[in-house]
Amino acid sequence: MLSKQDKELIAEIQSGLPLASHPYAEIGERVGLSEQKVIQRIGSLQAGGVIKRMGIVVRHHELGYTANAMVVWDVPDERLDEIGELLGSQDYVTLCYQRPRRLPDWPYNLFCMIHGQKRERVLQIIDAIVESEDLADIPHKVLFSGRRFKQRGARYL
Amino acid sequence: MSTPAHKLGQNPDIRETKPEIRLNDLEKRLLNEFQKGLPLSPTPFADMANSLGTSEALVLQILERLQKQGVISRVGPVIKPQRIGASTLAAMAIPEDRLEAVAHVINRYSEVNHNYERENRFNLWFVVTAPDQAHLDAVLADMEEKTGFPVLNLPMEKPYHIDLGFPLWC
Repeated sequence: MLSKQDKELIAEIQSGLPLASHPYAEIGERVGLSEQKVIQRIGSLQAGGVIKRMGIVVRHHELGYTANAMVVWDVPDERLDEIGELLGSQDYVTLCYQRPRRLPDWPYNLFCMIHGQKRERVLQIIDAIVESEDLADIPHKVLFSGRRFKQRGARYL
Repeated sequence: MSTPAHKLGQNPDIRETKPEIRLNDLEKRLLNEFQKGLPLSPTPFADMANSLGTSEALVLQILERLQKQGVISRVGPVIKPQRIGASTLAAMAIPEDRLEAVAHVINRYSEVNHNYERENRFNLWFVVTAPDQAHLDAVLADMEEKTGFPVLNLPMEKPYHIDLGFPLWC
């Protein structure tokens, strides 16, 4: 469980650090912590895995990475870990999650995301993965994104 | 012949009306090298500038502009899903002629961050985050009631790989 102090800190940084010389000091002023304490807490939240990374969060679409594919797979339960790790380790896969099936509407239980500049290229990448990793017997579907109705960072708190 | 508005979203290659933003070498290096590992020092932007051989003022100016242009959403944390609060990926199967209207209803929830059209019978996909599970469930139920369409609720059960940024221009 997160302490109240860490929750307040995350609430303050989740939509971005101030773009200023001493961003951690500014955050510290808002939550009543010293600059050193803010740096130490962020480091410890990273080490504990609550914060996966600190850095520049790029919106790929604006840079021409408009082919955004969600690839969904119907993986036999006993092979989920094996294939999840395998797909997650592929170069172009940015996310790979297990999610529940919702039968009969939705049989797919493994999801991964692949971004590319061109649709054809993304399809090639997927074909190459299927071939090199011998996944032809695992049913999959490619759902390219169309219109973006909304995109912003998550606000948990 | 003009394309009907509701068809425009289906081909990512023709959807864009905004010209693609071109970055110079320094901007590309900045984005490539600091998607993770933001320095945890009192002056992270000065440290980044040092390693790129430029000034803190220029780094801050570039980041401010890219943020304004929407190329970067923030300089900050990527938080591991479900460690804090509750979240889910949800989908709805909406008839084409109702899609835009339903998407706007979904957009109005402050709990929704991403909301995309996708090429499938389930054609509306969105991420919902809330402080706790009860709040999340209430939002999903409210969406079903307001739109009249069932929500496919697909919470993450296990992460195998989480976005750590990826190399651009490679």
